[in-house]
Amino acid sequence: MMKFNLAAEAEKVNPLIPHTAEMIVGAVAFSLLFLVLRSKVVPMFEKAFTARTEAIQGGMERAEKAQLEAQRALSQYNEQLAKAREEAQSLREEARVQGASIVEELRAKAQEEAARITSAAHASIEAERQQAITSLRNEVGALAVELASKIVGESLDDQARQSRIVDRFLDDLEKSK
Amino acid sequence: MLALVRSGAEGEGFVPPSTKDFELPPIFGDNPYTTKPIFLVLLSVVVISVFFIASSRKAAIVPSKLQFAGESVYAFVRNDLAKDVIGHEFLRFVPYLFTLFTFILVNNLFGIVPLLQFPAMSHVGFAYVLALFTFFTFHYVGIRKQGAFKYIKDIMFMPGVPKAAYILITPLEILTFFLVRPLTLSLRLFANMFAGHLLLLVFILGGEHLAQGAIGLKLVSPFAFGIGIVLTFFEFMVQCLQAYIFTLLTALYIAGALADEH
Repeated sequence: MMKFNLAAEAEKVNPLIPHTAEMIVGAVAFSLLFLVLRSKVVPMFEKAFTARTEAIQGGMERAEKAQLEAQRALSQYNEQLAKAREEAQSLREEARVQGASIVEELRAKAQEEAARITSAAHASIEAERQQAITSLRNEVGALAVELASKIVGESLDDQARQSRIVDRFLDDLEKSK
Repeated sequence: MLALVRSGAEGEGFVPPSTKDFELPPIFGDNPYTTKPIFLVLLSVVVISVFFIASSRKAAIVPSKLQFAGESVYAFVRNDLAKDVIGHEFLRFVPYLFTLFTFILVNNLFGIVPLLQFPAMSHVGFAYVLALFTFFTFHYVGIRKQGAFKYIKDIMFMPGVPKAAYILITPLEILTFFLVRPLTLSLRLFANMFAGHLLLLVFILGGEHLAQGAIGLKLVSPFAFGIGIVLTFFEFMVQCLQAYIFTLLTALYIAGALADEH
């Protein structure tokens, strides 16, 4: 303890009192460093920072542009798809309408044909009937005349008279019906 | 410390490290400009200049390893200190803050660099000078920004305070702006470096002294060295922190001077 106290007595240095030399050197050294860093270092780093910021911003802008383009392509594609769908829909609709009209047309034609065939058949039947009636009338007349002449014994060869008689007979027949 | 002193007293007489250990004699004769701290400060200027010029000389978008190292320090001061604290006008003050930070940091770190092992900032003269620079800087900035009259008036009569309170506040504000700020700035830095170096001296010189003592003391000596090493790491932290605090407070004072109201 004694020695400690002696040592403390021996020095009368107050660490809060600055040395003039150190203050001068400190100020000069610091100013020098300041000038060097300000003129040589800070501008270079700032330049690199600016370049980097620009590079990053440029890259981001490019990416943004690419994305926009992609979006535009997608919307265009979707639009085209929608258009194609619409077109297909309208084609189908048209085909359906057309098909229906064709069927209708065919049906009408078939009906017409059927009517035509039916009417032709009717006409031929009527003609045949007429023919049958005529020939029947003739035949029946001849037979009747023959029969009558045989019965009456009277010659009915005279053509005109014969047919008159037959007609009269047939008319009577029809009347009595 | 007492224990060490006592153990020393038993042996050859241990002289505990004191303020005297900080008063290194001039290397060349009596010239007071040739002391160790002065050489260290000059060395720091050379080291910082060379390192940052080398790392920024070919500054590119994609940095090299060296550029990245220098740039990290620069970006830290620029963005985390200047930009965040000062705001949009920060770029003007980056060179000063950057110089301040690197100058203090390197000189502090000299305290634990082998062979150099002396923090120049434990000599209060250097700390005073730096605090004076900051003192003039922030007052100059404030006067330029707001005009001398308004700047002084705002300091003396803080706006938005009831008139009666000026009796109390005006002397306090004047004291703060013109005395307390530069004084605390320099003394904080000086005292931390001084105490840290003293602490290292105690454990390392103490360990050395114990190693020469009796067998029992020899066994204790490695512990003293061990603590000395742990404290060296601790010192590293303190040295970085003090450089940061000094720069941060400078930025804060500048920001305050730039702001319209204090």
